[in-house]
Amino acid sequence: MNDRLPRLLALVPYLMSHPGASVPEVAKVFGLNEKQLIEDLQLVWMCGLPGHTPGDLIDVSWDGGEILIDNADTIARPLKLGVDEASALLVALRMLGELPEFAGGEVLGRVVAKLEQSAGDGAAAISNQVTVEVEAAPGALATVTDAARRGRRLSLVYYTPGRDEITPREVDPLRVALVDGRHYLEGWCYRAEAMRMFRVDRIQEVAVLDVAADPPAEAEPMDVTQGVFRPSETDELVELEVTPAGRWISEYYPVEEVEELGEGRQRVALRARDQGWLVRLALRLGDSGRVVRPETLAARVAETAKRTLANYEGSV
Amino acid sequence: MSRRKTERLLNLVICLLSTTRPLSAEQIRFAVPGYDPANDEAFQRMFERDKNELREIGIPIEVQKDPWEDDPGYRIVKQSYELPEITLEPDEAAVLGLAAQVWQRASLAEAAGGAMLKLKAGGVETDLAEGPLELRVDTRDAAFTPLWEAVRDRRAVTFHYRSGGSESVLKRVVEPWGVLSRRGRWYVVGHDRTRDGTRVFRLSRIVGDVTPTGRPGTVEVPEGTDLRALVAYGGDDPGPERTATVRVRPGTCQGLRHLAREVRPGDGWDEADIVFTDPERLAGWLASLGPDAVIDGPPDAREAVIRRLKGALH
Repeated sequence: MNDRLPRLLALVPYLMSHPGASVPEVAKVFGLNEKQLIEDLQLVWMCGLPGHTPGDLIDVSWDGGEILIDNADTIARPLKLGVDEASALLVALRMLGELPEFAGGEVLGRVVAKLEQSAGDGAAAISNQVTVEVEAAPGALATVTDAARRGRRLSLVYYTPGRDEITPREVDPLRVALVDGRHYLEGWCYRAEAMRMFRVDRIQEVAVLDVAADPPAEAEPMDVTQGVFRPSETDELVELEVTPAGRWISEYYPVEEVEELGEGRQRVALRARDQGWLVRLALRLGDSGRVVRPETLAARVAETAKRTLANYEGSV
Repeated sequence: MSRRKTERLLNLVICLLSTTRPLSAEQIRFAVPGYDPANDEAFQRMFERDKNELREIGIPIEVQKDPWEDDPGYRIVKQSYELPEITLEPDEAAVLGLAAQVWQRASLAEAAGGAMLKLKAGGVETDLAEGPLELRVDTRDAAFTPLWEAVRDRRAVTFHYRSGGSESVLKRVVEPWGVLSRRGRWYVVGHDRTRDGTRVFRLSRIVGDVTPTGRPGTVEVPEGTDLRALVAYGGDDPGPERTATVRVRPGTCQGLRHLAREVRPGDGWDEADIVFTDPERLAGWLASLGPDAVIDGPPDAREAVIRRLKGALH
């Protein structure tokens, strides 16, 4: 697909509505380096109305780094939004409408109306058929968001299902993230002495402390592109074999490797920090999965299952 | 694409926009530099390709065929080409800035970016979202893009699908009504022609490619279709709510205690009431808690837990 022509058809109107804009500024807006931008300007400069006499051509200059454009009235406005373009924004706006901050507010309604107007019916229709569901706002959300805005330290009581633990933590909030419809608090955790993502719906108690957040210099936002929870390279590699009923493992958890074994069976390799979590996982799977490697883990699973079954003996 | 071709297409757009009456192909051939003046066939091919390329990026070329003319005329009507005037108040611009970052790095990122660029080019001041709120939706499933296109174009699709827990992969022909993201997973809802019924499919369970079948514009979404409700229940009745009695060791099973309707302290064990609908789901969860939890009933849920534990013995 040709992406240069759409870019030029946006570049010309941009330059008309921002006379005197600088080369670096415009390059940044269009995601180009300065050399590429100059090449675009040189190309535009060769185009114009039929006849193509000097008076027909678009006039562009970038002397001293300031871009001026003239004689381009026919393409002075950008092309209207395409269905995909408008829908992408409309679906996102409708998702925002599910957040408590925007619910009931008329700002969103105004933006949606203006976009629908400039895009036509097709976009309005498809954006109603693509939905990103947002979980109901957890109780702690408002407090957490407020602390992140004001830069205050938080005191949390947090439930970690992997270890089935409830722990008190002090956290300096960096941001509140809505990832795939779920709310997370990202911040520096003084208990872990590291950056952590907390699911807001697992915060059981929250209080804003009368202390300014003061995270250490190494507290950098995490990259959540590959999912929120990512195992570390140094965690132990575990191999499981699952039946069709256990295939949800590779849909649910980040896995290193999946090998199809036929008839719907899979061999799954994953990394985990915590052996306790793996034992729980294997017990949950029952006969729909078994630990292949390491043997120590397989033995621990069998031993735990045996101890648990002892609870049922005599009364079965 | 070569620089010469881009130049020719840009000149073609300007030419078709500037004309008030439709131009014939022959007139265009001489008005726009870069077309072959000698070889008719080469020109025709090139002109056809150029028109298609312009349409692909959303440029509306109007074709007018008058009964008294041999050849059709072409032009671009300004009103259907141009982005209408649009102005945003500062609060509206801030919201749009937030919406624009949602698809970053997902398959709709390019479309959202393109829209924002056009709006900026049209003089709309859009704020780059700053502040502590980060919004992101991912579309990691390869099936997302073809399904989005199928929903957009209202056409049926064919794909291979493995149902949850199933050994085999079956071919499905589906009229998609919509796609929905729920708890980090994407689903497509529609009419399954193979099964002649409403079905929900998880995108991550689609095996291989999604291919459009049938003509665009033929899928009708039934009035009142509620995507959320369909995905929530998968089209099935979730069954009645029941209560399980579970004994837990003091000081353990924090998550279970938090979700329990009631916890009664006891001698050596505390007793918790847990509301559930699907005994298998409950059994998976309780088995995972190991020796700290024992389910006393109902019997089917208790049997399911014991079965899982026996399955984990080897």
